[in-house]
Amino acid sequence: MKVTELTKQYDGKTVLNGVSFEIPKGKVISLIGPNGAGKSTVMGIISRLVARDAGLVDFAGKDISKWKSQELSKRLAILTQSNQIQMKLTVRELVAFGRFPYSGGRITPEDQQKIDEAIAYMELEAFEDRFIDELSGGQRQRAMIAMVIAQDTEFILLDEPTNNLDIYHASNMMKIVRRLCDELGKTVILVLHEINYAAFYSDYICAFADGKIVKFGTVKEVMTRQTLSEIYKVDFEILEVAGKPLSIYY
Amino acid sequence: MIKRSITTVLLAVALLILSVWSLFVGVIDLHLSDLLSGDLAQLEVFIISRLPRLLALLCTGVGMSVAGLIMQQLCMNKFVSPTTGATISSAQLGILLALLFLPGSTLWGRALFAFAAAILGTWVFVWFIQRIQFKDVVMVPLVGIMFGNVIGGITSYLAYQYDMTQALSTWLVGHFSLVVRGRFELVYLTVPLVLLAFLFANHFNIVGMGRDFSKNLGVSYNLVLFTGLSIAAMITASVVVVVGSISYIGLIVPNVVAMFKGDRIRGTLADTALFGAIFVLACDMLARVVIAPYELPIELVVGIIGSLLFIGLLLYRLRHGRKSVRLGPAHSGGCASSIAQPEKEGSI
Repeated sequence: MKVTELTKQYDGKTVLNGVSFEIPKGKVISLIGPNGAGKSTVMGIISRLVARDAGLVDFAGKDISKWKSQELSKRLAILTQSNQIQMKLTVRELVAFGRFPYSGGRITPEDQQKIDEAIAYMELEAFEDRFIDELSGGQRQRAMIAMVIAQDTEFILLDEPTNNLDIYHASNMMKIVRRLCDELGKTVILVLHEINYAAFYSDYICAFADGKIVKFGTVKEVMTRQTLSEIYKVDFEILEVAGKPLSIYY
Repeated sequence: MIKRSITTVLLAVALLILSVWSLFVGVIDLHLSDLLSGDLAQLEVFIISRLPRLLALLCTGVGMSVAGLIMQQLCMNKFVSPTTGATISSAQLGILLALLFLPGSTLWGRALFAFAAAILGTWVFVWFIQRIQFKDVVMVPLVGIMFGNVIGGITSYLAYQYDMTQALSTWLVGHFSLVVRGRFELVYLTVPLVLLAFLFANHFNIVGMGRDFSKNLGVSYNLVLFTGLSIAAMITASVVVVVGSISYIGLIVPNVVAMFKGDRIRGTLADTALFGAIFVLACDMLARVVIAPYELPIELVVGIIGSLLFIGLLLYRLRHGRKSVRLGPAHSGGCASSIAQPEKEGSI
């Protein structure tokens, strides 16, 4: 996936200004930056949820807007924060919707197998007949991820997956992200607020400020005192823990 | 799977018994033995009045409850229905317009106007609630009721102006007493429309989970939303044209069924349709029996029972949120396992 010169305005205010980058395959890429820096907008545009004003999003050799929505949904999945489902569906029913792009609701034996696998992978077997609105936030988030796994896409986009989760569930969510990449070979792109989660669990970081990319590189390249201070306008200290950069800000 | 369909089978059996019973309730006593032995007078009553009435009742119950189910899912709000979404009042306005502009219009002509008006009214309402984005779910039906009353006001005003109040009254208060052969067949339109709804059930479910969710699964949000609303509006309009307004069924029935069976439309549609038919049949029999040999308009009975249940639902919702009611393993395949599962957070 390659993005060139993305531009987007809301009500005359420029939120993205000439953003270009290329997503490496089979890696975890985190988008970080302060509120309003444009990272969620980029996420929306590369997943066709948000229309852009100018620029190109090349996905597998074809512009993202030229893809048939259903075909694209077999190759790219997105979970946004607005996915707060109030519906009374069981976990299994929700996960089964992940197969919709393939079979349009007529579940084949192959779909059934994918659903079983996804539920097992997220260790949701014990909950599979529970209604999702009766689960805790962490369990519900896992059910959503299971649906995305059933959707069986190469690319998985997650918009602030650790939002509203406590430390235990948030770090577990990040470990799941890592497993999606390492074990299932997915390319995972996520928007994160917590810089240290980005530093610990991703391969690349794309740092935004004021609608532009300040730096896109490996974790070590981006996690420097200078870059982070420039983005967040706060003083940073970078330590090294377990061979990974850890930032302290105050 | 078998456990889950038990309710459906029970409802179907109950409906069958009620239907047969309903055929033999009325001013003129009918006896099965006479019918079978070929008593012509009795057969005539049976074919011209009783059978059409039963069929119209079934179509109304099925249609209104399915229309309500679709609207609730698509609007992501459990209190939206043909009554609280201005669909019924729009259909009535459509009928009045047909009476005004095409005085010689047939049933089908009026139906066409009612269809157009109901679809338009529902679209405007949904466009409005999507624009405003109410914080409180209860606000949506309240706005819908107000909107419906505004349209109803316009209808009344026009009816007064053109001296149509009496003609219109047939469609304002729903009743089945005028349903005889040749006057009700339009209500059969609900059958293909309900089948269509079943076909698109998964689409409706997905759209009910939001715009982003739909797009992620490659479903066109706007297209499905408007198709679904149009189907619901057409079902409603075809009922209103034939029997008049029947409120609350589209609200109460889907809610009660969802409490037990969840929100997956493929899993609840049959139960919703059956329960809707039972509800209407029961109300109709009550309406016929209370002041026999006369009968009350069914709208009166449904209105009283329905509004009480509506208030009950509101209170329940305020007190318990959307907790499901579980009466035992028979109602949900997951119940047994969820009891066995201790209430602690599983490890990820």
